[in-house]
Amino acid sequence: MLIEIKDMYKTYNLGDNTVNALDGVSLSVDYGEFVAIMGHSGSGKSTMLNILGALDTPTSGSYVLEGKEVSKMSRNELALFRNEKLGFVFQNFNLLPRTSAVEQVELPAFYGGCKLSPKARRVRAIELLTMVGLGKRLYHTPAQMSGGQQQRVAIARALMNNPPLILADEPTGNLDTKSSVEIVTFLQELNAKGITIVMVTHEDDIASYAKRRIVMKDGKVVREDNPKNGGHAL
Amino acid sequence: MSLLMIFRVALRAIWRNKIRSLLTALGIIVGIAAVIAVIAIGTGAGEQMKSSINSMGNNLVMIFPGSMNMGGMRMGAGASNTLTAADGEQLEQDFPELVACQTPMVRGSAQVIYEENNWSTSINGVGTGFPKVRGWDVGEGAFFDEEDIQTGRRVLILGKTVVDNLFPNGDSPIGKNIRVRNMSFKVIGVMERKGSNSMGQDQDDIIIMPYTTVKRTIQRSSFNNVNQLLVSLNSMDDLEEAKKEFTALLRQRHRLADHKEDDFSIRDMTEITQMMTSITSTITILLGAVASISLIVGGIGIMNIMLVSVTERTKEIGLRMAIGARPRDILMQFLLEAMTLACVGGLIGTILGVVGAKAVGNVQHWPILITESSVIISFAFSAFVGVFFGFYPAYRASQLNPIDCLRYE
Repeated sequence: MLIEIKDMYKTYNLGDNTVNALDGVSLSVDYGEFVAIMGHSGSGKSTMLNILGALDTPTSGSYVLEGKEVSKMSRNELALFRNEKLGFVFQNFNLLPRTSAVEQVELPAFYGGCKLSPKARRVRAIELLTMVGLGKRLYHTPAQMSGGQQQRVAIARALMNNPPLILADEPTGNLDTKSSVEIVTFLQELNAKGITIVMVTHEDDIASYAKRRIVMKDGKVVREDNPKNGGHAL
Repeated sequence: MSLLMIFRVALRAIWRNKIRSLLTALGIIVGIAAVIAVIAIGTGAGEQMKSSINSMGNNLVMIFPGSMNMGGMRMGAGASNTLTAADGEQLEQDFPELVACQTPMVRGSAQVIYEENNWSTSINGVGTGFPKVRGWDVGEGAFFDEEDIQTGRRVLILGKTVVDNLFPNGDSPIGKNIRVRNMSFKVIGVMERKGSNSMGQDQDDIIIMPYTTVKRTIQRSSFNNVNQLLVSLNSMDDLEEAKKEFTALLRQRHRLADHKEDDFSIRDMTEITQMMTSITSTITILLGAVASISLIVGGIGIMNIMLVSVTERTKEIGLRMAIGARPRDILMQFLLEAMTLACVGGLIGTILGVVGAKAVGNVQHWPILITESSVIISFAFSAFVGVFFGFYPAYRASQLNPIDCLRYE
């Protein structure tokens, strides 16, 4: 198992009443899966993804990734964990302003162990950008690119350190339909190459590209199924 | 992330907000420039004061005759007549490692006449060591020699002021005979112009003769006591030892019993030097402190801008944390940015300070002394200001919660 979550609670105190953003969720994801987490706003799906991404800590419960308990790590361990094990794709791309595509993609390699030489870093960044179809826009800044192109830079960046897991938070939320399909198809292709993907979305047709669909409501998993057309675009 | 990479990120962040960075650095620039200029002018003034004190003599120790006890009646200072030129020669002979050179001094004053011009001036009777002791050379002609002293020859050397008054039409006085107390003296030399001393006295208004000549012809004394011994030490570091040794030797030569007080007194210039330098250093410190305050204000400016910068880039911080930046990496990024701002400001300020101090020195004819240490210290201080005032904003950035940063709008 890649991910094992057991009995996870996340509680927010809002004045007098407490809100359970996660209300005893248990979930496991195996290597090679493409999971879509669905739900309305307030269902706890974003909290779930933030905890999976080690950006947020649960109130209680355990989160084990590749056999390691994540919820007990220090800040430095978490940073290294995110650097080596995770790739993030955000709804608003989160690219650095006024920075070229190549440098955006290189960024994860600067942190952590700095295992690659500057030259090897550049070669890998160009390779990844070519793979996402931006070989001709290596030195463009975000302002010079469309939303779809920016999201592809973000995906290339997520792949830089070869993580086993990619977390996508509404990756198509800011894109038009054509770009959305392009991006989600691209995620499908990555999944076909063996990368595990967990994606949060509230759009049914985007979720239908995943192999497994989890629907959350009020901090609980209420439904789980395998979409018939999972992988239909391949 | 390597330091070099973090430094590049910091440089780029500074470069992106050129105007803002320049204005922020301006606080440091002005502060450092002010500190350097003030210290340069202050140390310059101090050095000038020191050199004017040194012009009275190199590492000078003065020995004066002391008081004398005559049958229970104590005479005032200078009453004793036991101090002789031989004392000085003995000091030089016995302590060659302490004493560089020495001269006795016998004082007098007289009206001097050359043809229709006359002038009243003071007369110093000295030994051959005088030019070296005072650091004052003969400009024209020659100084007298040991033989002139032995024989008490009537030769003299004029100070420039005396030359100006006795030879107003510019003739060379060398070889001329001038009359002092109805005796004829031959001019064998003219001293270089020395100017006024730190007390404002004209040091060139003087006639120099062999001390034996002054003793016989001006003081008309048959004793061989002198008014003063001037001893030039090899180094001021030996001052205390020299004073002790001289006292012991002079007491022995003057045959003073243990219970008797010294019949001479030894003085040196350190008190005057200390007083002068303490005045200038107090002023320098005071002005430097005022200038440092502007540095601190500059530092606060850096802190302010760094806090703005951190807030502005909250999302960037969140993203960097999400892709694996440790709190330390974020801390270093912002700390280096603040330090770079401060150091670049410090560098520009140093250049401006040096140029400014020189310009002020040229216009006002003030002596300027830019010491390496003042440049290094103020530059190091600007780096320190960068770290000190950059730390809080950087630390705040490093302790942010990644999820809050990513959600920050």
